[in-house]
Amino acid sequence: MTTHNCEACPAHAHLAQMGLKVDRFDRVVALAGNPNTGKSTLFNALTGLKQHTGNWPGKTVTRAEGGFQFNNLRYKLVDLPGTYSLLSASQDEEVARDFLLFGTPDCTIVVADATALERNLNLVLQVLEITDKAVVAVNLMDEAKRKGIGVDVRSLSRDLGVPAVPVVARSGDGIHALLTSVEGVISGDVTTKPRRPQGTAEFNSAIAELVPLIEAAAPGVPNARWIAIRLLDGDDRVERALRTGELRDLVARQQAPDDRFSRKIALQGAQ
Amino acid sequence: MNADSKVLPLAGVPQQIGPAEADRRANPESVIRRAEQLRRGLTGNFRDEAVSSIYAEAERLSRRSVRRPAGPAKLDWDQRIDRLVTSPILGLPLMLVILAVVFWLTIAGANVPSAMLANGFFWFEERAAGLFEAAGAPWWVTGFIWHGVYRGLAWVVSVMLPPMAIFFPLFTILEDLGYLPRVAFNLDFLFRRAGAHGKQALTMAMGFGCNAAGVIATRVIDSPRERLVAILTNNFVPCNGRFPTLIMLSTIFVAASFPPVVASLAAAGAVVGVVVLGVGFTLVMSWLLSRTVLKGEASAFTLELPPYRRPGIARILYTSLIDRTLFVLWRAMLTAAPAGAVIWVLGNVYVGGTSLAAHSSNAMAPLGHAIGLDGVILLAYVIAIPANEIVVPTMLMVYSGGPMMSEMDSMSGLRTLLVDQHGWTLLTAVNLMLFALLHNPCATTIITIYKETLSVKWAALGALMPLAVAFLVTFLTATIVRLF
Repeated sequence: MTTHNCEACPAHAHLAQMGLKVDRFDRVVALAGNPNTGKSTLFNALTGLKQHTGNWPGKTVTRAEGGFQFNNLRYKLVDLPGTYSLLSASQDEEVARDFLLFGTPDCTIVVADATALERNLNLVLQVLEITDKAVVAVNLMDEAKRKGIGVDVRSLSRDLGVPAVPVVARSGDGIHALLTSVEGVISGDVTTKPRRPQGTAEFNSAIAELVPLIEAAAPGVPNARWIAIRLLDGDDRVERALRTGELRDLVARQQAPDDRFSRKIALQGAQ
Repeated sequence: MNADSKVLPLAGVPQQIGPAEADRRANPESVIRRAEQLRRGLTGNFRDEAVSSIYAEAERLSRRSVRRPAGPAKLDWDQRIDRLVTSPILGLPLMLVILAVVFWLTIAGANVPSAMLANGFFWFEERAAGLFEAAGAPWWVTGFIWHGVYRGLAWVVSVMLPPMAIFFPLFTILEDLGYLPRVAFNLDFLFRRAGAHGKQALTMAMGFGCNAAGVIATRVIDSPRERLVAILTNNFVPCNGRFPTLIMLSTIFVAASFPPVVASLAAAGAVVGVVVLGVGFTLVMSWLLSRTVLKGEASAFTLELPPYRRPGIARILYTSLIDRTLFVLWRAMLTAAPAGAVIWVLGNVYVGGTSLAAHSSNAMAPLGHAIGLDGVILLAYVIAIPANEIVVPTMLMVYSGGPMMSEMDSMSGLRTLLVDQHGWTLLTAVNLMLFALLHNPCATTIITIYKETLSVKWAALGALMPLAVAFLVTFLTATIVRLF
């Protein structure tokens, strides 16, 4: 980590794509975002892999993993299926949600579509509810420009309390700045203070009571706060997961690669 | 585990919790019960409030950071194209035309390279076998290696490579442009009527690439019932592996009955017909499933129509040629080599004066005849269970194997072999196309169905239902044709 923040460097100066080599890594970074915002394109640009991309929502339905090295640190990058919300019910969205909640990535890159920022911010805000370690990649800046849409990324970043970086994943523009932000967020050089909605006093105290109970009932499960909110909401799937011990398996599963067979098909592009 | 002993101010039921208390209550049931109690103590619907506060916040933030062009939004190109492509009147016909053009380019373009490849490969087979004989290799070594394994590979490459190398890039271009969601949009009303999910059109489109991938793609469908419908019916659209069979059959039989000028057009029309039939079966079977074992109504969903995007040429070539074409070809070659060996052994081991191949195809002949095919075709299907791709090469090897050799280095040579020497009729060709379209999925797809549903029952149904449909439909067409 000698020279980060070097704007004059050529885009890929410190980036080494490492393809499928993810057996040894120092950091885990997740790629989240609405469907069809270019997560897989960004994934390919960073890892040098050829994860199949397609111009339609729902292309990625499994977790795909790849590696890259940036400023002497090895990163495992996890490409997640697109999702509009962390509350959704379909299998592909569950894959994304489970990893964000229980996969404990060191940093989450939320990819947002610059041409439809408002809708994309809904997910960004939901992700910021569960983690401090996040960077927003405002992708498709070229398409936005063509449509005459301007995005003030600085003001957005200030409002969100986490770095927001304009990128064009297709051409690789902005990737260096994005990785520098990710590096800074993980190391703590960049302090984040995500904007979170304040609940009512009674809501907050209910959560405060439930969190230790959940931590005692399901030791080692991250994001007990999220589980507490779901239980308070009467989410029967979360209740079932807690009851059957499935929650713990779920956490363990996030550390292992997604079902190998599916992943092979996803990556080799038989799709 | 931070159950410290501070007093928590509680809504509803005031209570103190010490560490011992927390441990005692640290079982899931009590946590859930406590959550229920607390929920009753909350005023208002906090989830709705949380959701609407997030929406309001997102709107506020985007107002602060996004600058939109002034003036009324003008109708851009995307919208103009969408008006045409998703129009209620023109949408479906346009889809069929696009499909027909893709197949026509594939068939017209693949003819010559296929024949050239076959010529080259079989010329080499003769030379290599001749060299082996000259070097004094035993006849069965030469036969096993060159007329068995090598010939299997040569067939697979020459029959499959050229059509795939044309079809896949075209298909990938459509996918990259953003056409697939429009297809789903156009077909939505049909799927809804069948009691299926509109996104099943997307997973069906994935099935054209690979049925196993199509089955995994059903994860986008959130209702378990509709997801199962999509999984079980995915096999009714022909995958990569089955397109070459369909293309070859329509080239040899359908195209041959037309004057050369329109021959490839007619063949393309036949393939489109088969695809439309496949979609028809998908809908009918979805409807049947939704009325019987998977009762229920179609659920509502939203589908984003993404902007059209200029496809990246390099990525298209990579995806379609390396990922798709070579992936499928490699898989086919892996199964074709042992299949070629098995066929050579079957054709050259004699029991009671008849080869094993003849024995087994004779045994299957009555069943084959009943459904308008013959024993050899069924034998080929049995040998090719691991991968549908190699059915036609397997069949050709069984026909041409053993002592009898024939010229098969061109499409007309193929026609001679099948029609003149083995009594194929138009019914055989049509029923083989139907059978190829409808029969059971390949082993990979069946395993994938099991992995996605974790149920032997659904995997078995996913394998047996198409097989039963295939036998039923071919039996019916054969019977009807023979009646008249």
